Amino acid sequence: MTSLFDYLLGLGDDALVAAQRTAEWCARAPQLEEEVALANVALDQLGQARAFLGYAGELEGAGRDEDALAFLRDEAGFRNAQLVELPNGDFGTTVAKTLFLAAYQKLLFSRLARTAEPRLAGIAAKAAKESAFHVSYASAWTIRLGDGTPLSHRRMRDAVEEVWPYTHELFEPWTAPEAGLDPATLREPWLRVVEKVLGEATLSRPQDGWAATGGRHGRHTEWLGPLLAEMQSVHRAHAGARW
Amino acid sequence: MRARVEAAVAAVPDPELRVLSIGELGMLRGVSVDDGGHAVITVTPTYLGCPALEFIKADVAAAARAAGATGVEVVVSLSPPWTTDWLSETARAKLADAGIAPPGRLSLPMLAPGCPRCSSPDTTELASCGAAACMALRRCTGCGEPFEHMKAH
Repeated sequence: MTSLFDYLLGLGDDALVAAQRTAEWCARAPQLEEEVALANVALDQLGQARAFLGYAGELEGAGRDEDALAFLRDEAGFRNAQLVELPNGDFGTTVAKTLFLAAYQKLLFSRLARTAEPRLAGIAAKAAKESAFHVSYASAWTIRLGDGTPLSHRRMRDAVEEVWPYTHELFEPWTAPEAGLDPATLREPWLRVVEKVLGEATLSRPQDGWAATGGRHGRHTEWLGPLLAEMQSVHRAHAGARW
Repeated sequence: MRARVEAAVAAVPDPELRVLSIGELGMLRGVSVDDGGHAVITVTPTYLGCPALEFIKADVAAAARAAGATGVEVVVSLSPPWTTDWLSETARAKLADAGIAPPGRLSLPMLAPGCPRCSSPDTTELASCGAAACMALRRCTGCGEPFEHMKAH
């Protein structure tokens, strides 16, 4: 059990790091339409991050706002699952990461929308609608690539295999009293969503084996540091600057 | 005073969809003005990452002051979440006039939108996101013209 502050950091950091990573596709996507779609997914994640981190800062009462929490914490202070910090890889890897994260967030936010904590419930209800779009976007591409040419099938299969070990962390015991939600209870419904998409994509669900862990406690992969360095450098170099 | 402030604020155009006002979009959730002329205005974003929200807050405050409010506080409320069902009938008609197919009702079965130009029911999706996150890009198989569709969400 963690405090509501820490829990909000985790929800916000999942969204913030996913936003930063996804936005790396700007000017690099395979088609203009996909660039716009991925930028929109990233913008949704950024909006969710602002809402969760802003609330976390107010709750802490130490004068840290959403910007202070986003730009002035170091790697070990981040509470995101390691899934979102993985490099984008090829387009298939990004699609796999987006599908697994969005399917989890949609289930999580739909449940949190019914908690008795009104502000958390309000943000979650809004975010759940956005995650639903991310699921449908990533599902469509998983199916198109998996059930596509031999090359796209192989690359989508490799992407799913590569990312799968990082999905287990999403369902580890980690909650706040106000949330009252055991993430383990989300895994069965998550598997139903994901297995249906993988099935349509003529891909099989990977075997459960090694599982990434530690992100919720501030232990991260080698990939988070460089991402934060890029994201935070301008804010730190020009402390207090305003537009 | 309250009616005047409310009318002025409701008429503020949406920065991304200039043909619609925030009142027609259903983004204005409440206006109160106390005896001293201090206005509290509650707005809701269409989505959490909406980059236009800061502009809307500033425009709303300016409109309220121009209508006579002595002080303005703009409150952002997330509950209940905004959906496209908050769009007024006027808003839907204005969207269609501007060449944007309005969203269907969330409570009704989803149908592909008709062409806002020639009214043909045969249209296909070109891209799930257009110039804004809420828009899809479609093409009419009848007249061949591409058009934007505000997605029901």
